[in-house]
Amino acid sequence: MTLPGMIARRSMEAVATLAIIAALLFGGVELIPGDPARTILGQNVTEEAVANLRIALRLDQPVYQRFFDWAAGAAHGDLGKSLLSGRPVGPDFAWRAKNTLFLAGYAALLSLPLAIALGLIAALYRDRLMDRTISLFSLATISFPEFFVGYVLLSVLAMDLGWFPVLSTVDPDMGFWERLHRCFLPAVTLSCLVGAYVLRITRATITSVLERPYIEMAELKGVSRLSLVFRHALINAIGPIANVVALALAYMIVGIVVTEVVFTYPGLGQWMVDSVAKHDMNVILACGLSFGATYVVLNLLADVAAVVANPRMRHPR
Amino acid sequence: MTALRNLPMLVSAILLALVAIAVLAGPDAVPAAMRDGIGDPWEGFGPLHLLGTDQLGRDLLARLLEGGRITLALATMVAVLCFAVGLGLGLLAAILGGAVDTLLSRLVDVTMALPPLILAILVVAMLGSSIPVLVIVLVVLESPRVFRLVRALAMEIMTEDFVTAARLRGEGLLWILAREVAPNAVVPLVAELALRFVFALLFLSSLSFLGLGVPPPQADWGGMVRENAPALGFGLPAPIVPAAVIALVALSVNQIADWLVTASGRRGMGRG
Repeated sequence: MTLPGMIARRSMEAVATLAIIAALLFGGVELIPGDPARTILGQNVTEEAVANLRIALRLDQPVYQRFFDWAAGAAHGDLGKSLLSGRPVGPDFAWRAKNTLFLAGYAALLSLPLAIALGLIAALYRDRLMDRTISLFSLATISFPEFFVGYVLLSVLAMDLGWFPVLSTVDPDMGFWERLHRCFLPAVTLSCLVGAYVLRITRATITSVLERPYIEMAELKGVSRLSLVFRHALINAIGPIANVVALALAYMIVGIVVTEVVFTYPGLGQWMVDSVAKHDMNVILACGLSFGATYVVLNLLADVAAVVANPRMRHPR
Repeated sequence: MTALRNLPMLVSAILLALVAIAVLAGPDAVPAAMRDGIGDPWEGFGPLHLLGTDQLGRDLLARLLEGGRITLALATMVAVLCFAVGLGLGLLAAILGGAVDTLLSRLVDVTMALPPLILAILVVAMLGSSIPVLVIVLVVLESPRVFRLVRALAMEIMTEDFVTAARLRGEGLLWILAREVAPNAVVPLVAELALRFVFALLFLSSLSFLGLGVPPPQADWGGMVRENAPALGFGLPAPIVPAAVIALVALSVNQIADWLVTASGRRGMGRG
């Protein structure tokens, strides 16, 4: 199979997965117990008022009809209204999505270069004290839940030392540097997990590449240590590393939800968790679908990176 | 050098044993004065309440021991169940091959293509968070990973020369599985079991922390972090105590899994 063919096929699968996620989300949200119309109006209302609101919310229509209406709306950027506040979901969604992306990008920029560098160092000094320290450190960070890292950082750096604000609230007209400072603690929290994951894979990949015969050949040929690592080893490890970077970013979705709650950061994750408790369908749909889409796309990129880097995978048995 | 190499594993094993004994002994092991004495909300570490008190003035240590029971029992249950499911189906796919293998593998691909947290949040929102729901969600999310590992391992080992030799000798399938395949798969499988436990522990605690896990009156470690989180605003360490216990248990189990994997020459991937 050719490379574009492979990518086309995987993209089709990704689109299908996305459709499944959308249907699952919509169906799932439908099944959440309780009547949204009743939730909005509260206890002391007439049946007539509830019935009227149900019609206004189009709850009287069949599920599939509403699903297609909603999907058509979403395709045009209309995400419906929040059932609780009555405000359109779109603008709030856009603002929070921007905040979440900012945090994720910040964390990725902080963690990825450092993780790959440390992974390289650990592989080069394999089994020495340096490697052992780095490995222990990365195993620890991979084991720590985000709320542990987050609360320790908060209590030491924000409460005791006062270097950073306790609440990572941001508002639209905040300056860039102010924002960087405000979001530093949540970004570090997220970086820990993602970075440790990438570090471990980088170390494992480089270690196994360094065991190959062509590395020994290069060594015997008298290639310098630096060129050995960068020109011979790293090049051949780029595929697996790119693959794991994409997977780690996909994994960040779990981390970002918890991190946003820890720091009360106004992003999509915190909004979604909040809306589940409040039964706010359109918000859950918009957040869930965007997280789902990110996850699927990153997984797709991970696959493509693996195939591009390793031509043998273009011919699956 | 070997002693140094094994040190983190030994420390982890001792720590885990201590946690297990403490949690099994349960809140009854704590002196009654400490357990039943209601203090002020969020007292600090002190002689009566060693780890301080929670948001309602209950002893944090007693509460930790109580919460540990449900948290660790659930994580263990999920790890064992998803392991049983993954192992059974994985072996089935590897041995039968053909349509069964294709069907199971496709199913696993689809499950793994869905974002785990979104799925969990949705199911919990739909069905309400109860212990059976949590266990089922986690088993569905985790068993595909065990399935993939078992299938790959079994296929790899089944093509080894010693298996072919046993086959030519006329040994039955069960004999081959028990005597040739199982001993060669034990280390990676035990390591995988440990990783599943860590994943279940962290995922469950995260859900409880978000208010979507073990339902409230029941104490559990993730829920305790959530309940005590406001204390941090007053500079009090109450939420860090249960969070640190979760972190410590997860690290210890990971450490042991990592040691097993290195000892057997295979490379671990951490959680995920």
